[in-house]
Amino acid sequence: MALKLWASSTANALKIACGSSRTPFPAFSRCFSNVLDGHKYTSSHEWVKHEGSVATIGITDHAQGHLGDVVFVELPEPGTSVKQGAGFGSVESVKATSDVNSPVSGEVVEVNTKLTETPGLINSSPHEDGWMIKVRPSSPSELDSLLGPKEYKKLCEEEDAH
Amino acid sequence: MVSYPARGVIRPVMNLIKLKEFSILKQLYLEEKLLRSSSENWCIINNGTKQPTIVMGVSGRPSELVNINSVIRDQIPVIRRFSGGGTVIVDNGTIFVTLICNKDDIPGLQPYPRPIMSWTGQFYGEVLREFGDFHLRENDYAFGSRKFGGNAQSITKNRWVHHTSFLWDYDVSNMDYLKLPMRAPEYRSARSHVEFLCRMKEILPSKSTFIEGTIETLGSHFSVRPIQSNAATNLSNISHPPSTRLLTRPELEQALLSASENSDTNSSIYAVP
Repeated sequence: MALKLWASSTANALKIACGSSRTPFPAFSRCFSNVLDGHKYTSSHEWVKHEGSVATIGITDHAQGHLGDVVFVELPEPGTSVKQGAGFGSVESVKATSDVNSPVSGEVVEVNTKLTETPGLINSSPHEDGWMIKVRPSSPSELDSLLGPKEYKKLCEEEDAH
Repeated sequence: MVSYPARGVIRPVMNLIKLKEFSILKQLYLEEKLLRSSSENWCIINNGTKQPTIVMGVSGRPSELVNINSVIRDQIPVIRRFSGGGTVIVDNGTIFVTLICNKDDIPGLQPYPRPIMSWTGQFYGEVLREFGDFHLRENDYAFGSRKFGGNAQSITKNRWVHHTSFLWDYDVSNMDYLKLPMRAPEYRSARSHVEFLCRMKEILPSKSTFIEGTIETLGSHFSVRPIQSNAATNLSNISHPPSTRLLTRPELEQALLSASENSDTNSSIYAVP
């Protein structure tokens, strides 16, 4: 059963610097989304940073800008198995739950419990304090199939051009 | 601007299920299954649900949203659904319309909450353009500044659900089961449920006007394929563990207890020694 991290975020969640959360309907952000070197990315807008035997996972700046203020996060419990491309949890924003998918297969070793009280960390610091889970990858070679920073940035630009 | 399939482009198929007084709990189970286990588009229209039922969003806390003592006393079911958003109390005066779509079947629509909300808002604007002063107000459907429809979404990698509960009519006394929500749109302006909501039957001539108008507008975007309502029962047999849940009485009692303990703790902090 998923560990439900209950949110007590107010409507005054922290805004990101580029202000994409203030974009009017129909909303797609044309501001620059932060894409970090050293991370790999998925086409469904998750990032993964592999260091040693642990891979840290979250959603990208592009994703959080499009989702809006995150008010609730649902994450798995440590020990849960995750599979590349499959959902492991969800975020709630603007009356919608959105699945978050794992970039790699493996076992969850740690969950970001700060997201319980401060789900807005996903908006304010998507690549750092807003990390979601840490996984011990079962097949590190899966990382080779993911997008690099340049490819991911191009994907974001193509999506926002529609 | 709502996007339509270009001329000459075959419209994607939209399976249409029309139900009457189908259990809202079973409807939500069906929606989750179709979202996650089907690759087709579905529209479910359910004309009412027999028993008054409270439906909270995925992050809903009964202690904050519901008058639990009354709910337990009167045995009102409380459901936590799989989508986001707020709390509603539904009954046989509610018309439910659900769209379950592949993200690529609506040209140019990005699978994020605000674009989907914008598209569906314009869709219902088309349905209701001859009636009332329709607005999408801070993600609610309103005539003027009075809400008549609440909606929510659930988005997966390649598909999304947008479901709406439309207030054709409602029982004012049922609103007493709900607390005023802590998270409320600005345009609500702290109004009570009665001052904030309006009944569609005050604006439209009949339920069928709305339902058939919705189906007609659906046909502008999709190739609508009616599915026999008894097929819904067969679809319900698709195996998929739902995250939508009916809260048990012990859970509601525990929520009441926790709320009361928190209240006592807060009181003691500020108590004069």
